[in-house]
Amino acid sequence: MFYREAGQFKTTYAADMAVFPVLQDRIGFGAILAVAYLVLPFASEFLLHVVMIPFLIFSLAAIGLNILTGYTGLLSLGTGAFMGIGAFACYKLTSIFPNVNIIVWVIASGFFAAAVGVLFGLPSLRIKGFYLAVATLAAQFFLQWCFIRIPWLYNYNSSGSIEVPERTLFGIPITGPTATASSRYLVVLAIVAVMTWIASNLVRGRIGRSWMAVRDMDIAAELMGIRLLQTKLVAFAVSSFYCGVAGALLMFLWYGGGESGVFDINQSFFVLFMVIIGGLGSLIGSFMGAALIYTLPIVLRATPAALGVPLRSETVDHLTFMTVGVLIIGFLVLEPMGLARLWQITKQKLRVWPFPY
Amino acid sequence: MPGPSPVNILYQVFIDPFVQMGTAPDLFVQTIWEGFVTGVLYSLIALGFVLIFKASGVFNFAQGIMVVFSALTLVGLHQHGLPAFAALGLTIVIMYGLAFGVERLVLRPLVNQPDIILFMATFGLTYFLIGLGELMFGGEPKTMIADQLYLPKGAIDLHILGGLVSLQKLDITGAVIALVMVAGLGVFFQKTRIGRALRAVADSHRAALSVGISLEQIWVIVWFAAGIVALATGVMWGARSDVSFALQIIALKALPVLILGGFTSIPGAIVGGVVIGIGEKIGEFYWGPLLGSGIESWLAYVIALIFLLFRPQGLFGERIIERI
Repeated sequence: MFYREAGQFKTTYAADMAVFPVLQDRIGFGAILAVAYLVLPFASEFLLHVVMIPFLIFSLAAIGLNILTGYTGLLSLGTGAFMGIGAFACYKLTSIFPNVNIIVWVIASGFFAAAVGVLFGLPSLRIKGFYLAVATLAAQFFLQWCFIRIPWLYNYNSSGSIEVPERTLFGIPITGPTATASSRYLVVLAIVAVMTWIASNLVRGRIGRSWMAVRDMDIAAELMGIRLLQTKLVAFAVSSFYCGVAGALLMFLWYGGGESGVFDINQSFFVLFMVIIGGLGSLIGSFMGAALIYTLPIVLRATPAALGVPLRSETVDHLTFMTVGVLIIGFLVLEPMGLARLWQITKQKLRVWPFPY
Repeated sequence: MPGPSPVNILYQVFIDPFVQMGTAPDLFVQTIWEGFVTGVLYSLIALGFVLIFKASGVFNFAQGIMVVFSALTLVGLHQHGLPAFAALGLTIVIMYGLAFGVERLVLRPLVNQPDIILFMATFGLTYFLIGLGELMFGGEPKTMIADQLYLPKGAIDLHILGGLVSLQKLDITGAVIALVMVAGLGVFFQKTRIGRALRAVADSHRAALSVGISLEQIWVIVWFAAGIVALATGVMWGARSDVSFALQIIALKALPVLILGGFTSIPGAIVGGVVIGIGEKIGEFYWGPLLGSGIESWLAYVIALIFLLFRPQGLFGERIIERI
């Protein structure tokens, strides 16, 4: 009733292939974009810095991993390291060429991550499943070691960490200590929006379809004439590109500097959680998963204090761990296909309401 | 030292380490022994993985945490005033409870889901166990109650090869316990009724069900066995260093061992562990200084990756046959 497409006729092929074929979707999406662009920049510094910016950045990383794991079926535990490549590449590039706009370098750093991703994706042709997951751990630990052991990467800083310089866009600082949260937020939002749009078209097109064919059964896909090596490597490249850009954004527009420890194995697991909880093979799921997994610990940690229960901070930490674990298991038991599936069910319910089917 | 010319680098990579090995054989033997001992501990963690993977097809990420959790429970119970062996008994009971709970609350509702979902569920279990363990017994590092469990101390010094090789008695005990456990598991798998059922389940869930084997029961047994292995590992590891959640990172080392040995092979886990342990220590000791230290953190994965490129199913894994 609320979500009924009756009467919306598609008279052209273009209309049939639109990203949002249903009017209600278009209205809803427009409303979300309007709020994101027109209302949220005026929200409090805290909300933007603590919630919105990391949420968008992790969504981007989750999209990256989803392309690899959800769409192509290659399990990867190296996301953190690929994000690190992006951050360090961006740092080196902007140190060497300080006059070029930082946005250019954020995007360019994705290409470095993509190149490294392809390199570590090469074994994927021979090894599959969990064996491949462990192989990507080699990337994770090797790259993490490089981030610490190669001082050239962090410009021989004595602290051994990235120190983000101030860079401007149209004269307004967007990185460094003087940048306001709203300007950083707008930049992140723009990049994430554009890259999501590109991803949505990629996964619907020829490349995305060949990814999904490989995911469903790679031998059958090969028999149908899909080149496995090419398809898998493209998936690794695109996925690492997204992760790399996310890593550069994370370091430059959120953390504003930090050590390579940010890109450790836990970061990889964190993004993997978002993908699984959000829903494998779904872009909107990536956003939902990122929102849930990122905010869950924050909310849980704040809950005892908000309820006025006096607990020591360590106890709260431990309880948070336990609750997150239980919720993950519980969620998987309730809906193994993730939040994206729940969203689909909801839409169907809205379509037929008030009738049961 | 001469400058870094290509010849020099080649010399340092390909000749110098072997010269060192030749000139100081005692040091070489000592390094191999250290690697062997670490490798045995890796093997034990990998063994827990293999048991569960064989019987239920679940890639149990929580195995490393189960090691820490069981060791922590043992020490924690002892600190609360239980005698050492009573604590050991109670820990075994708790591990059984854990196996039972996991089967009932995690595996059974998720039966027939894709592998990756089950993998994620064991992640949830990992988080839960970390939180629970620290909540009950505190997060600070603890000392294993090695004396109370009558584990031997001290070292045996062997005067061989013109030098001194020192073997910790504890390490020898660890190796012996590992051997006994593997042999025990071997007998259990081959000779007992439950063992046969386990092998049947590992072969095919559906066929096992159709001849009347209870999957639920088998899973509890397997997770319990993995819990016992975890406890033994935790005791040995805890006696070598402290009991803390830092062990968790070391437990990740069991993963390259697994891919080296194959996910489904118990001898593979043992051989893989020893190969990785020795390779890692020798690499770190002889080639590590060339690259800057700390190559231990990734060398194991790279060794495993190289092996995988030649044998995608691991050294001892069953041949992967794919059909359309």
